[in-house]
Amino acid sequence: MRVRQQVWLWLAQRVSAAVLAVCIVVHLVTMIYAVRGGLSAAEILARTQGNYAWFAFYTVFVLAVSIHAPIGLRTVLAETLGWRGVVVNMLTLALGITSALAGMRAVLGVFS
Amino acid sequence: MEKRAVDAARLSPRLKPEARQTSQTNSLSVRVWRGAEEGAYQTYEVPRLEAQTVLDVVTYIQRVIDPSVSYRFSCRVGVCGSCAMNVNGQARWTCRTHVEKVAADGRLEIAPLSNLPVIKDLVTNMEQFFDKWARARGRFNGALTRNDDFARVMPDSPKRQQVDAGIECIGCGVCYSACDVVQWNPDYLGPAALNRAWTLHNDVRDISHVERLAAVSGDAGCHACHTHTSCSERCPKQISPTIGIAGLKRAVLAAAIDGES
Repeated sequence: MRVRQQVWLWLAQRVSAAVLAVCIVVHLVTMIYAVRGGLSAAEILARTQGNYAWFAFYTVFVLAVSIHAPIGLRTVLAETLGWRGVVVNMLTLALGITSALAGMRAVLGVFS
Repeated sequence: MEKRAVDAARLSPRLKPEARQTSQTNSLSVRVWRGAEEGAYQTYEVPRLEAQTVLDVVTYIQRVIDPSVSYRFSCRVGVCGSCAMNVNGQARWTCRTHVEKVAADGRLEIAPLSNLPVIKDLVTNMEQFFDKWARARGRFNGALTRNDDFARVMPDSPKRQQVDAGIECIGCGVCYSACDVVQWNPDYLGPAALNRAWTLHNDVRDISHVERLAAVSGDAGCHACHTHTSCSERCPKQISPTIGIAGLKRAVLAAAIDGES
C-alpha cells in the first residue's frame, strides 16, 4: 500500500472516530431514555419506522463504524500478530464492507 | 578485597579520602545482563558510595570485579549520550542517574537498551537507530552556498521556537528504547528520527520539506505513533518528540490537502 493511501486511512480513522464520539453519546442517551418503561420491539419500531432523522443518524453511525473498525483492526493485527500486507488489507476491507452491508440492512429493517 | 577498596576510591574522585571510607556503609546487589540476545543476568556485589551513579557501578564491576563485562560510555557527564541503558526497567543515561534515586532498596538491574540488537552485555548495535534518521531525511539540505550571505532567522519566530524545542537531541536512544510502537512495528522510524525531521521541517533554510514529509508519513512514520508519550517522559533532555510527531501529522495533512505529497 502506498504511503499516500496509508495517510488517508489514518485520516479516515480520525474523522470517523470524531463522528463515532457523537453517535455513541446519542445512541446511549437514547437507549437509557427508551428503556425507562421497558424495552419492546414495538416501541423501537414506533420510533424509527418512517423517521428520516433516525434513518440518517444510524446510517452515519453504521458507516462510521464500518470505516473506523477495520482500519483499527488492520493496525492491531500488524502490531500484535505481525500480520501485514495485501491479505490483511483485503481481509479488513472485507470486514468493513460486511459491516456496512449488515448494518445498513438493520437500519433499513427498522426504518421500513 | 583491599585492592577493590582502593579501586573504588579511585573511581570516585569527587569524594575526599575520609569520605570514601565513611560513605561505604553497605553494598549494592547489581544484576547485569550478560550475553547477547540470549543470555542471563549475573549478580555482583558492589560497594555503595555517596554520590554514586549507575555508570560508576558498571565501571566498578568492569574494572574491579569482572573485566569481561562490556558497556559503552564516553563523556560521563550527560553530553555524549553513549551510556544509555535500562536501569530497573527504565531507559536512562547511567552517567546522570544517581544510585540513590533508583535503588532505594539497594538493588539494581542493568540491561542493554530495548528495541535494539544486543552485541554483548550492555552494548547495543545502534545501526538501525541511525539508519532511520537517514530514512527520515534527517540531514539538512539548504539552497545557499558559501558565497551567499548568512540566512537571517529570528530567534523569536514561531518556526525557530519549534526548532529550539527539539534541537538538543543527542541521539542517545533512550526514547527509541522506551517506545512501544518501535517494539510492535520494527519499521517504525521512532521518536528521535521523527523529532529530527520535525526540527528540519521548521528550518526555514531547508528546501526538502515535501520530500521529508513523504519520508516520515504512513504506517512506518509519524502516523503510527499512538501518543503513549513514553519518549517524552523518558527523554533526558526534556524534549517532547510527541509534540514534534503531532506537528508532522498536521504538516502531512496540510500538504496532502494542498496536493504536495
